[in-house]
Amino acid sequence: MTQRSSSTDADIGRVMNIAAPLVVLLLLATIWHLAVEWCQISPVLLPGPLAVLQAAWKIRESLLAATVRTAVAALGGLLVSCLAGTLTAFLFSQSRLIRRALYPYAVLLQTVPVIAIAPIIIVTLGRGFLSVSVVACILSLFPIITSTTTGLLQTDAALEDLFRLNGATRWQTLLRLRVPGALPYVISGVRIASGSAIVGAIVGEFFVGSSESGLGALIQRKSASLVLSELYATVITATLLGTVVFSLISLGSEFVLRRWFGMSLSGRP
Amino acid sequence: MSATAAQPTVFELQNISVDFGGAAGPVLRDLNLHVPAGQFITIVGPSGCGKSTLLRLLAGLQQPSAGHIARQNSDGSAPGFVFQQPALLPWRTMLQNLRLPCELGRSQMRQNPAEDQLLDLLGQVGLNRSDVDKRPAELSGGMQMRLSLARALVRQPQVLLLDEPFAAVDDLLRMKLQELVRELHDRRGLTTILVTHNLQEAAFLSDRVLVLQPAPAGFTADISIHTADRDQNWRVSDQVTVIQQKLTKALISS
Repeated sequence: MTQRSSSTDADIGRVMNIAAPLVVLLLLATIWHLAVEWCQISPVLLPGPLAVLQAAWKIRESLLAATVRTAVAALGGLLVSCLAGTLTAFLFSQSRLIRRALYPYAVLLQTVPVIAIAPIIIVTLGRGFLSVSVVACILSLFPIITSTTTGLLQTDAALEDLFRLNGATRWQTLLRLRVPGALPYVISGVRIASGSAIVGAIVGEFFVGSSESGLGALIQRKSASLVLSELYATVITATLLGTVVFSLISLGSEFVLRRWFGMSLSGRP
Repeated sequence: MSATAAQPTVFELQNISVDFGGAAGPVLRDLNLHVPAGQFITIVGPSGCGKSTLLRLLAGLQQPSAGHIARQNSDGSAPGFVFQQPALLPWRTMLQNLRLPCELGRSQMRQNPAEDQLLDLLGQVGLNRSDVDKRPAELSGGMQMRLSLARALVRQPQVLLLDEPFAAVDDLLRMKLQELVRELHDRRGLTTILVTHNLQEAAFLSDRVLVLQPAPAGFTADISIHTADRDQNWRVSDQVTVIQQKLTKALISS
């Protein structure tokens, strides 16, 4: 009885997860449309949502190509930062001294202004896909390092005692306790990092310029050409890309946690 | 104590002190304790008197700052330990959690118990074999505690150490778990040391209750309890009430 009602609740919850933000979107678009219509705002200043949709349809081919390009660069950077980030976190978890010595430099990754570092990288690595991916990687590395380190270090004291009591080796404690215990933290780090990777790729493309037609370059071109409706369409596409990547990674991680760990992202079964 | 002198010694603590370097001084000071095999000993005392530290010391999880501790468990096995919380791995099933201690340690120390043996152990603590593939989140608090108890016994220890294991469960379940622990103690010929706040629990379960006061006082009472059966009648008997009163007095006198 409770089983059934809780599964119905879960179904309603799932529908609401999608429906509620869509309703908000429709509401905002309507307000936007009415505002533009009633106040007679010039399309040079603010195009209405329908004009933006029309513009998006008009430049759909270049939009799609740019989106794919940006997505590939961002995900490539994210993949490298996942590998490098978890390895760094693993190193950090091994000794307090290593942590003390290297953590400030990990923080640099977060505090260095991406606007400033992107041109340097492009000068070093050239105006190409590689530079864009490296910017995405740098920007997405920090959340993965910090959350994975936290996960590896944050184990239940009683469980650590249990492992010690049974003579567990360092390796056994790592593989059977720390790594699986850290997985939810790693996943939450990757989710946050996925957004940063997209932002990093777009900023990178800004500086790489028009030779590489990613979304960043497209935004730059459209803002220079003053076709505002197309600029809006590109910016919205960039936002959508970030949202879709974040949602897909969330879905994937939810699946992994549930399948292998019997947990969900909220920590509940 | 002379009556049990014939039993082999499991633990012998001599002038044990434990100092964490805190401003309040050592947690335990000059403590002496003799634990003969087969006894069910309960340690009661106010919060912060060092009960849990003492238990960790016996488990080998804590080293003394001074003094000597002799452990004479004949097969050198680690003691079973039950924590305040079930302390289960949430990603492992019931059976996998039970097996965990057997997978740890250097290869010569590891064991590989047959599944039948594990299922039998689950039965002994009152768990159902239809639940073996469930993860901790799918188990009730009582089932989790039973599993934790079974896990403490999976390597067939001679010593069972319990650190307030029933503090977080409701009264009825606590009584059932108490009876289960005593039954396992008797059936397996364990030496059991229980740390608790609950005086009724101490009086009902133990062969011997020690009252521990904060250092430097140490053990201020050592009460032996003799009875044939520890059943429901014993639980509500006048003797248990009298022992409980004695313990209360010992606790508040200092």
